[in-house]
Amino acid sequence: MMESVVQLKNLRVEYPIASGSSVPKLAVNGLSLDVRQGEVFGFLGPNGAGKTTTMNVLLGFVNATGGEARLFGVNVREPIARQRIGYLPELTYYYKFLSAEEILRFYAKVFGIERMEADRRIDRLIKLVELEHASKRPLKSYSKGMQQRVGLAQALINNPDLLILDEPTSGLDPIGRMKVREIIQRLKNEGKTVFFSSHELGEVETVCDRVAIVHQGQLREEGRVADLLAKYKTGLEQIFLDLIGYKPQAIT
Amino acid sequence: MNTVWAISTVVIKELYRRKDFYVLLVLTTLLTLAAGSMSFFNENTIVRALKEICLLLIWISSLIIGITTAARQIPSEKENRTIFPLLAKPVTRWQVVLGKFLGCWLACGITLIVFYVFFGILVGAREHTLPVAAFAKLMWMQWVALGVVVALALLGSVVLSAPGPNATLCFIVVLGVTFVGPHLGKVSVGLTEPAGTLLYSIYFLIPHLEWYDLRDIFINDQILPGNAACFMATFYAAAYATLLLVLTWARFRRQNLNT
Repeated sequence: MMESVVQLKNLRVEYPIASGSSVPKLAVNGLSLDVRQGEVFGFLGPNGAGKTTTMNVLLGFVNATGGEARLFGVNVREPIARQRIGYLPELTYYYKFLSAEEILRFYAKVFGIERMEADRRIDRLIKLVELEHASKRPLKSYSKGMQQRVGLAQALINNPDLLILDEPTSGLDPIGRMKVREIIQRLKNEGKTVFFSSHELGEVETVCDRVAIVHQGQLREEGRVADLLAKYKTGLEQIFLDLIGYKPQAIT
Repeated sequence: MNTVWAISTVVIKELYRRKDFYVLLVLTTLLTLAAGSMSFFNENTIVRALKEICLLLIWISSLIIGITTAARQIPSEKENRTIFPLLAKPVTRWQVVLGKFLGCWLACGITLIVFYVFFGILVGAREHTLPVAAFAKLMWMQWVALGVVVALALLGSVVLSAPGPNATLCFIVVLGVTFVGPHLGKVSVGLTEPAGTLLYSIYFLIPHLEWYDLRDIFINDQILPGNAACFMATFYAAAYATLLLVLTWARFRRQNLNT
């Protein structure tokens, strides 16, 4: 039996009442998921479905109102739960005054990686994301794609067992997308777990073992990609649109 | 401790890679040089005036650096969203608060060393002597006081998200407790109850930053407080800064951060 890597049990997240509203905003409503070791898990849903909130709970940014969230069996509120994970946010959120090498060194220190080992990993990751020519330049001089590659490198600095990717290919050019896909595939081959959200359903279909589709904070469907395709006898995009109740309007 | 140290080094790197730090440094240097070039009093008066102006500039500049640096740390982490990759690592919010504090406080220390070395050269050139021990004590006490100020600005930064109003408020509070605070005890004696007790309580509760301002004693060549007194004052400031940092953490740890 494979280890449970991401475990959500009846997760509920409410945001405080906005002015003019009498009920709190329910971002996630009774969501339960179980992602096993070695899986590439696609977390899908339209904008505002609760995907990012769920990821924010997993990463400890947001506190759950109810239910339970665990990483490697440890409550996500415990910082140790994040020792074995790598996180790539949708946009690049790094210190612009530091160089790629300094950023990687900083995160290596945070993980308590020894200097020699950190040097080795930094060299390898800089090569992996093809930033050798710019590794000593401050990030403010980088293009968006280059910054995203730094993001990918920092997410891998601790050699994580679980990689959480929030729309990793958003805003990337085709080469960048291919690179991310290659890395996901490589991690999968190494037996790592990847949990990622994406709007690129074709990509999800290609790389994911299992997917979950959420809408309005609730789980609408979950299963192996092949099983879902067989069950609905249509492509993932159509399954997604049907499950969220999308009705195409005639263009007049 | 590795994590706290790593976070603090980023704060220091940010400070010396920003232009405003150098602007302040150059401005202070120019003003001090200008003051040092005055020669329209007799020699003793010049040296005294020079010391007064330089130490006042050092106090103001270090306060500006300490408060503005600390006030923007957590808000800019949130605004630039650099807090997210950081907290996605095994980092607690207490470590973030502590790392930010240590970084800002060390940055203040580096700035003070630069200022005091420059001040020492200037005074030494005029007086032909250099009271290193007195300089060290003066600088240490100022640095200790800046620890409380930095912790106060950090607390303000998790209550008021905009660094500008927080920095302004911190300046007002610091100037208030330094210049008005010491007189509250005397004023409270003449007040009717319960105002008297209330004011007296405030007098005891506010941080007594005036204890750390040894400028007048130094300028007037009086005897500086002994090591035991400095140690007690350091302990008092450490306790106060710890209290402020715990309050900062208590406020910050439950804050939801949405990407």
